[in-house]
Amino acid sequence: MTMTPAKVPRELDSPLDGGVGESRRRPDGTLKVTGEFAYSSDLWLEGMLWGVTLRSPHPRARIRSIDVSEALAHPGVEAVLTHEDVPGFKFYGLEHKDQPVLAIDQVRYQGEPVALVAADHPEVARRAAAKIKVDYEVLTPITDARRAAFDPDCEKVHEDGNVVRHQPVIFGGDVAEARAGADVIVSETFEVGIQDQAFLGPESGLAVPGEDGGVDLYVATQWMHSDLWQIAPCLGLPEEKVRMTMAGVGGAFGGREDLSMQIHAAMLAMRTGKPVKIVYNREESFFGHVHRHPARMRYEYGATRDGKLVFAEAEIILDGGAYASSTPNVVGNAASLGVGPYKIPSIRVDAYGVYTNNPPCGAMRGFGAVQACFAYESMMDRMAAALGLDPVTFRQINAAHPGDALATGQVLEHMAPLAEMLGRLKAMPMPPERDAAGHDLRELPGGVSNTTHGEGVRRGVGYGVGIKNICFSEGFDDYSTARVRLSIIGGEPTVLVHTSAAEVGQGLVTLKAQIARSELGVRRVTIAPADNQVGSAGSSSASRQSYMTGGAVKVACEAVRERMFKLFEERLGRPPASLAEAVEHLPEVLGDEVIDETREFHHHRTERMDPVTGQANSHTQLAICVHRAVVDVDVELGLVKVVELAAVQDVGKIMNPLSLEGQIHGGTAQGLGLALMEEIVVADGKVRNPSFTDYLIPTILDMPPMRLDILEYADPRAPYGLRGAGEPPTLSSTPAIVAAIRDASGLALTRVPVRPEHIAGSS
Amino acid sequence: MRVNFTVNGVEQTADDVWEGESLLYVLRERVGLPGSKNACEQGECGSCTVYLDGTPVCACLVAAGQAEGREVRTVEGLADGERLDPIQEAFVECGAVQCGFCTPGLLVQAHDLIERVPEPSDPEIREALAGNLCRCTGYEKILDAVRLAAARKAEAGR
Repeated sequence: MTMTPAKVPRELDSPLDGGVGESRRRPDGTLKVTGEFAYSSDLWLEGMLWGVTLRSPHPRARIRSIDVSEALAHPGVEAVLTHEDVPGFKFYGLEHKDQPVLAIDQVRYQGEPVALVAADHPEVARRAAAKIKVDYEVLTPITDARRAAFDPDCEKVHEDGNVVRHQPVIFGGDVAEARAGADVIVSETFEVGIQDQAFLGPESGLAVPGEDGGVDLYVATQWMHSDLWQIAPCLGLPEEKVRMTMAGVGGAFGGREDLSMQIHAAMLAMRTGKPVKIVYNREESFFGHVHRHPARMRYEYGATRDGKLVFAEAEIILDGGAYASSTPNVVGNAASLGVGPYKIPSIRVDAYGVYTNNPPCGAMRGFGAVQACFAYESMMDRMAAALGLDPVTFRQINAAHPGDALATGQVLEHMAPLAEMLGRLKAMPMPPERDAAGHDLRELPGGVSNTTHGEGVRRGVGYGVGIKNICFSEGFDDYSTARVRLSIIGGEPTVLVHTSAAEVGQGLVTLKAQIARSELGVRRVTIAPADNQVGSAGSSSASRQSYMTGGAVKVACEAVRERMFKLFEERLGRPPASLAEAVEHLPEVLGDEVIDETREFHHHRTERMDPVTGQANSHTQLAICVHRAVVDVDVELGLVKVVELAAVQDVGKIMNPLSLEGQIHGGTAQGLGLALMEEIVVADGKVRNPSFTDYLIPTILDMPPMRLDILEYADPRAPYGLRGAGEPPTLSSTPAIVAAIRDASGLALTRVPVRPEHIAGSS
Repeated sequence: MRVNFTVNGVEQTADDVWEGESLLYVLRERVGLPGSKNACEQGECGSCTVYLDGTPVCACLVAAGQAEGREVRTVEGLADGERLDPIQEAFVECGAVQCGFCTPGLLVQAHDLIERVPEPSDPEIREALAGNLCRCTGYEKILDAVRLAAARKAEAGR
């Protein structure tokens, strides 16, 4: 008999009313507020072992030898594994299979997994891991991405060269010619530090060996099937012997697109014949997943005196670290969205993704568009200032409208006009002026640290615009699968919705039930746990699940409805007058029968970017968010208090107001983090701050009140006309906040996060 | 070692506890109450907040032995049977729960706040919850939830 953990993901009952467009309680809400929800770290089985990962302390080294004998002899230890124990293919990766399951003869980043230990207590496993003797020949790490990309004398991180992808975008007329005709030219180099997803629930999961030689995996991931396609070959198992169930996910934000502990736990379980749980702690989590690519970006813009941009040139270098992860697609985004939603007659962008021995980087909310957005929006402000124009007016003059082409030649369609969004944003009420008397310390920069009572504090206002692609791009035939079952339970029509889509907090479970209720007119909807017994749902990333899995649930429901109507007609001799009538008669029409339909939903096809010009209709859908930030800056100490953030976002169709607002708030908060505090500090390839003591994310004291204006310009190609909404606010809030600090301080500020020393001038 | 303590009104005995284990580990792995979450294990994120003799603490910073003979109340002990506490109800209703990993700690901390301060102002709420990190919500809906729960509690008390 297969062992089942004491606490497993279960079916979720959703509220009995509320269709598309309404705010409804999350079906998993009660479980989450009572502590009953089964997260991947909460799984427990009698007799289970704890797995621990030994990681490289060096960013680059040769491994001369690994001696596990002492660790293996440690009391309580049941297995110690190295790359020699990987049962199947020894490499994995999202796009390039370049990452070893466990290091083979060399390590390419600090924290690379080298060996695994399973023991009866986590502390026993940790102590045993410390007894593994790895003989390293330490090498000088390759850490300068620019040099790695362009210096032919630079050593190689991987044999096939350091450039993972170079994607040019060439649009319109010749840039050199346009430069000669420009009245004003501005140029600048920008930097973005490494941001971490910092999801609250560290990587964890449970592997249970099966009697058939396979394995049952309970994990927290963003795309179960992508995991499966990488895990099965490494375990040397056919896919059907790797049974995956989605355990509760404590946030993701891109950080769970790549594998972490999945193969490791399965290897230990298969070797020991016992269930094995692996739970990273926070420090290990910083090494256990990829981060947002740090970027170095050189931009030059030219404009005429009357405020029209005539050219844009950009070189974007993204440091992907030691392994490719999703770097190729991050580069595609940075290149295609490199100058934002503006109409510019001549454009040249070169985006590079590079291997180094720095921490591996991959997906994080905003995915390549975030870095470019900070640069192009900073350029818009700089050019506006050079021309003596108001930053909003300058953006409105150059805004791309529906019908205009982006840098890739792709034409904007069916979306809110940017100029109008900016107009609405500017017209939103401003927060009250700071009260010079009677101020509350908690509302000043520095807060209750009591660093100022208002002296040295200046207010600033800034604007930011961001454009993000929704769903996967560049020709990928993306799809999601949904199974919808209709039956009569206890005399009441009941719908079960089953997908493999990852609920990572975004509220897809709520939305799936809302769609089923709207499409099938029933009250009772149950959401099945996500597992791989149903087809792929694709990734919970690229703001795509409402569109893709929402779309799949919708078409599966339509198929169920069609059969329901047909049955009605067969049994009652006439078609139903309405959906309501069909549902009313369902108990007699359906009886003990079950309608069970599975459907795939594909979005319209996109194109690969031309390798030389970047021209293509590469994106499925585009979405814009605009932010206004109001800040108070203590210019003497360099401390910033964000007073208010206002946003205007076009979402096509509001599917669930409460969830949607939560996405915009949360995305905005991560943008604030990047603007002001979040950075993984790396020196010589080593991470200096892998903890929540030293890597800061916004607290409730850092976040200001937010004002939202949500627009619905329907996209006729998307289900219900919706537009993905989770990522765009993460783009635009960062440049808006930095622009506001510039407005308050008069400083250039070309790097995020902005640190106190950048403002106070002490760096 | 053996640790005896009361959790959510029930006496518990944990055997074979290693001296280095935290109260959080014992709760999660030895007495079957994984509601309190381990997100940083150094008192920075507040996800493991529980009441210890009526005072909110980070369970990850309390050594298991320190709980000997004391009373612990966790997120699992906030509801009255099937009836959610007003703060739990408000979190679900206001959309203050997304991934929910920070939620158990935030609930205990917010529960304590509205026990102590009947109708807290926004700055008071922010200060009270400043030790609880949430990565999903941007905190707006959490403020809504605390305001709502406090108002309902005040209403019920009148």
